[in-house]
Amino acid sequence: MGENLFTGIAAWMRTALLDIGTPPLLSEFIVLLVKLLAVIIFVSLNVLWLVYMERKVCAYIQCRIGPNRVGPKGLLQTVADVLKLLGKEIIVPRRVDKIVYLAAPLLVFVPPMMAFAVIPWGNGMAPVEMNIGIFYVLAVASLSTLIFWMGGWSSYNKYSLVGGMRVVAQMVSYELPLVLALLGVVMLAGTLNINDIVNAQRQVWFVFAQPLAFLIYLTAGISEVNRVPFDLVEGESEIIAGPYTEYSGMAYAMYMLAEYANMMVVACMATIMFLGGWLAPFGWTFLPSWFWFFIKVYALIFLFMWIRWTYPRIRVDQLMGFGWKVLVPLSLANIFVTGVGMYVYRAIGW
Amino acid sequence: MDNGLWLSLAFYLLAATILGSAFLVVLLRNIVHSVLWLAVCFVSLAGLYLTLDADFLAAIQVLIYAGAVCIMVVFGIMLIQRADMKQTNLFNKQTKAAAGVVALVLAVTGYLSAVTQWGNAKTPVPKETVGSLAELMLTKYVIPFEVAAILLLVALVGAIIIAKEVKG
Repeated sequence: MGENLFTGIAAWMRTALLDIGTPPLLSEFIVLLVKLLAVIIFVSLNVLWLVYMERKVCAYIQCRIGPNRVGPKGLLQTVADVLKLLGKEIIVPRRVDKIVYLAAPLLVFVPPMMAFAVIPWGNGMAPVEMNIGIFYVLAVASLSTLIFWMGGWSSYNKYSLVGGMRVVAQMVSYELPLVLALLGVVMLAGTLNINDIVNAQRQVWFVFAQPLAFLIYLTAGISEVNRVPFDLVEGESEIIAGPYTEYSGMAYAMYMLAEYANMMVVACMATIMFLGGWLAPFGWTFLPSWFWFFIKVYALIFLFMWIRWTYPRIRVDQLMGFGWKVLVPLSLANIFVTGVGMYVYRAIGW
Repeated sequence: MDNGLWLSLAFYLLAATILGSAFLVVLLRNIVHSVLWLAVCFVSLAGLYLTLDADFLAAIQVLIYAGAVCIMVVFGIMLIQRADMKQTNLFNKQTKAAAGVVALVLAVTGYLSAVTQWGNAKTPVPKETVGSLAELMLTKYVIPFEVAAILLLVALVGAIIIAKEVKG
């Protein structure tokens, strides 16, 4: 039921284009463009929904009701907020580095959007198939650091500068265990192709084969998107809003919405690498594959929100200490054990 | 819809971006702007690799150069922050030494490109390059590969040890 809904639309479009006499290369290009556009529109709308979801989850954890006035159940609250922010002035303080200051919020959406291009949203539903998919996502995600720093540095503000420094230090430190944790999965699957990694989990999800790597990935991933308990970057009790301190109106909103897009990337990657991607658990194929993918992604996002509203923020020295003294050695040990384990497994021919 | 035409168009656009951003890295007076243009230069170089079907190399280029080398420079800038950033990437007067080095580089690259036998590859680029790269690294180039691997591991373990020492 609905399994071939999206692939069917793509196939129908391709044949329709070929029927009206478009050359094959051009029609392929148009279909690809439509796919990417669909992903961009979906992600943008989804970000609005995630902000609403965060406020609702937070409210229920704090025994409140949360937004409930605009639209049914308050569903249009974020839309109203964004419209309000669009109408506000983007204040440019006097001594900021104007071009860098205004370019940063424009660029901040680029890395997550580029990462979404290779995510398989369902069986055969990756907009772009790439042999080195995992590597590509890591490469474009590493560009985020520089963009956050651009905003922090150009604001000409002490809080922004400290925030920018923290962004760089934190993201660089936690990128290392994040990549090393994914390496364990790549070793087991023997490929960097996202589709092949999902298919390698038909027997058992990698969360059971690599439980330690999953925990390291989740911890480092929460830190990469700067959320509690690792939101030192925008710790409002110390540095107001970190790199975003001077931003107002839509420029500020872009940063906030990008945070949710980044969270979505981390959750999608965790789903693909550890939770079997679009594979149905226990052979429950009565739901379409893309539906299973979203269930898993949203479960992880809910977990992130749950953690955010449960734990306090850690100190900045604890943050660096935890990254370098706990996560990096653990992830190195995980790679070592995985390598040895694979050989033992083969030797006993189990 | 000639594929070659699009490829050469992409090549010239990328080459112009690379050269332009590289010039700006050298000429701009504010070192922060230089770093940002350096990142642009690195990313467009990755685009050049993509036109040559070297997707793994392109990803490495973005990850290592744009994602790590630029960040290292940023660390340097943040640690030596000055009140006036406008005069942080200055010129010096050693034009004679510079001219000598530039002339040498131009001569060597010019000579090498003159003697190289340029020709088209007989076979198309394999679709999966990662596997063949790994095979070469563990057979023909195993010693440099292992040396680099040990160096990086030592650096990583060293960082952990330094982090532990600070506390005690």
